[in-house]
Amino acid sequence: MSVVLEQIFQVGFLAAIIRIATPLAFATLGEMFSERAGVLNLGIEGIMLLSAMTGFTATSLSGSLWLGVLVAVLTGALMGALHALFTVALGLSQHVCGIGVTLFCSGLAYFLYRLIFGQQSVPPNIKGFETLPIPILSDIPVLGPAVFNQFSLVYMAMLAIPLAAFVLYRTPWGLSVRMVGENPRAADSAGVGVIATRFQAVVLGGALMGLAGAFLSMAQFNAFTFGVVSGRGWVAIALVVFGRWDPWRSAGAALLFAFVDALQLRMQASGLGHIPYEAFLMLPFVFTIVAMAVMSRSAVAPSALLKPFRREER
Amino acid sequence: MPLSAPLIEMRGISKSFGAVKANEAVDLSVAPGEILGLLGENGAGKTTLMNVLFGAYAPDAGEILVQGKPVTINSSADALAAGIGMVHQHFHLAPRLSVLENLLIGISGRSGRIDRAGGLARLGEIGRQHGLTLDPDLPVSALSVGEQQRLEIVKALFRGARLLILDEPTAVLAPTEVDGLFAALRSMSAQGLGIIFISHKLNEVRALTHRCVVLRHGRVAGRVDAPASTTSSEMARLMCGHEIVPPARGPSTPGAAVLTLEGISTSGHAGTPLRDVSLFVRAGEILGIAGVSGNGQRALADVISGVRAADAGQMTIAGKMVSRFSPREVQALGLGRIPEDRMTTGLVTNLPLADSMVLPRIGTGAFSRNGLLKPDAIRAFAEAQIKAYDIRCPGPMTRAGALSGGNLQKALLARELAFDPKVLIVSQPTRGLDIGAARFIHEKFLDMRTKGCGIIVIGEDLEELLMLSDRIAVMYEGRIAGTLASADATVARLGLMMTGAEGTA
Repeated sequence: MSVVLEQIFQVGFLAAIIRIATPLAFATLGEMFSERAGVLNLGIEGIMLLSAMTGFTATSLSGSLWLGVLVAVLTGALMGALHALFTVALGLSQHVCGIGVTLFCSGLAYFLYRLIFGQQSVPPNIKGFETLPIPILSDIPVLGPAVFNQFSLVYMAMLAIPLAAFVLYRTPWGLSVRMVGENPRAADSAGVGVIATRFQAVVLGGALMGLAGAFLSMAQFNAFTFGVVSGRGWVAIALVVFGRWDPWRSAGAALLFAFVDALQLRMQASGLGHIPYEAFLMLPFVFTIVAMAVMSRSAVAPSALLKPFRREER
Repeated sequence: MPLSAPLIEMRGISKSFGAVKANEAVDLSVAPGEILGLLGENGAGKTTLMNVLFGAYAPDAGEILVQGKPVTINSSADALAAGIGMVHQHFHLAPRLSVLENLLIGISGRSGRIDRAGGLARLGEIGRQHGLTLDPDLPVSALSVGEQQRLEIVKALFRGARLLILDEPTAVLAPTEVDGLFAALRSMSAQGLGIIFISHKLNEVRALTHRCVVLRHGRVAGRVDAPASTTSSEMARLMCGHEIVPPARGPSTPGAAVLTLEGISTSGHAGTPLRDVSLFVRAGEILGIAGVSGNGQRALADVISGVRAADAGQMTIAGKMVSRFSPREVQALGLGRIPEDRMTTGLVTNLPLADSMVLPRIGTGAFSRNGLLKPDAIRAFAEAQIKAYDIRCPGPMTRAGALSGGNLQKALLARELAFDPKVLIVSQPTRGLDIGAARFIHEKFLDMRTKGCGIIVIGEDLEELLMLSDRIAVMYEGRIAGTLASADATVARLGLMMTGAEGTA
């Protein structure tokens, strides 16, 4: 075990945690906004995959990384709007539509990727984001190089967390989001547009999921493969519950998951080779299941989650 | 009586849901400072009319005038902008948000942030004006029902409402809380606000309102200009279209105890638990259980009907000790039960009525053999009960959820009474029923009493309890606060006991 402990307190390990947590944080915040407004978005896995693809493609074709990010965000927002159209405007089942969106987005991503890049023996890659050390802050020992020598998207995630908390708890729009997720009838009788607010929250959530996808294909892997998301979307849904639908707690949950994931990567690489590596791969997911089992008893979901709102229905 | 121009006027309002005409050519107006009573039985169209005024439904015909000018109200936002506020029967509050957050919802603050200081100032001002004080930072889930209602009223005033609609506001309150509400409403009326007060409790309407409109079958059946000097029976006749004579309750000669509870206590998170409850019901006797909802009535009904086990104490039915507290056990001992919520615990709304009517006894020889149902027996049973109880429905295979509340209650009653229970426990037996259906249910209870059945009626309607019961026990915070013989009980005395102010053993 001493091998493991040594690994933990290395700069590289801390930096890896932050890097792994970033897409999870974006995705978790996105899912949280959607669910606080009362809409479960099971389309998250597919939305992340499609956004990773469109962002990668835009960058690959144009050479501009930020154009790629923009395209990924717009893709996410658009797919969020599709989910909102079904579940909010038409009031259809959130489970079924979410899975439909994931299947649709995944299929579309594969199809478009093949259409644009054809079948290549070596998948094309791009020159992705490079680390951007922040002056002065990055000189702090240990913490500096781990936290302040990262991709610009990582810094965006760090800013997104307090911003999300501010929007949710301190602005009238955030109050409306919480209200339509708790009691849409109350919001309606207070003159808040329930449909509009939910729609906006789901679209914003989709945009954040798009950002998560962009990070994966343009900063973490610098290439698009069909396994680029590999369950991170589903994990984000669990992290929202684990984080009790709160931005800070959700971000904390993402960090904790990232810690376990970084740990298992190190354990794979370290001298514990006689254990099959699949056993380590399982660890973060075992952690998720255990965390869910422990936390979900006390977690209280938004009261109107999964419930479509129709005004003339008593 | 104020004589100024009407604050609000509805002219010729009609609204249909499919083939049902909920409102037809209804005219109504409220002057500043006036409290208007809106009376009618269930399904008379009171709530629909108010939802039209509040913008939840679009009327099929008719117009709405605010201070003489025609307005179109398509949403609650339009209604609020026109100065109309509504306190719904089921509160429109978000339980996990704070009082202040519930007030500020839908109000855009300066510079895109929530205006906390402004909200606090306004809340304090409204509190001083009408005696409606609330702690701004408490979550709504921590408020009592009366406080939640106060919050709903404050919410309407907060948005600058000049007309306040209250849909059956007293249904959820204890008698002392009703006095507080009435004081606040009179204060608002004195300051020139218009109020529409919806109720079917005639004594309250007579005490509070300046003028009344009575609806029947969606139309205006009558107007009462001086409610205080009009008798309740006159108003009841307007509401139902015919005289209502309360059923006569003969003298009773109670026999041996058929149900006893000794020191029953419960725990658990569903509602107020019971604390050391002891009571008994004798054959041929009706015991009323009064109390403000949420004081342990649900736990009591659950324990007696075997849904929930007691942690301590003993219960006997017809002299036999209940050991396992399962619905099947208490039923086998002779208990019949009509649950509080017809739709969710009473029957299965998506199944045929016949299936729901035999559900508690589906495993008995009468309706199944060797693990197979006997559909003919089930159907025959349901048909016989439909005939005997005059349950209005197309037939036994109708989806249960399609029946009206009164017919559902008759079906539930038929289901229990068909097996001659020794004890019957009913919760809120006539809630949501119109006067005719309620009358039918009351008669059946009194019949059963004569036949020697012991009946427990859990209810909030004190007048109903006083009419039916031989004795009335009052529940307060999970205990029996006291038991009165119905000859000694009055609404005022029960009301005091319901708030824990008086305990008479």
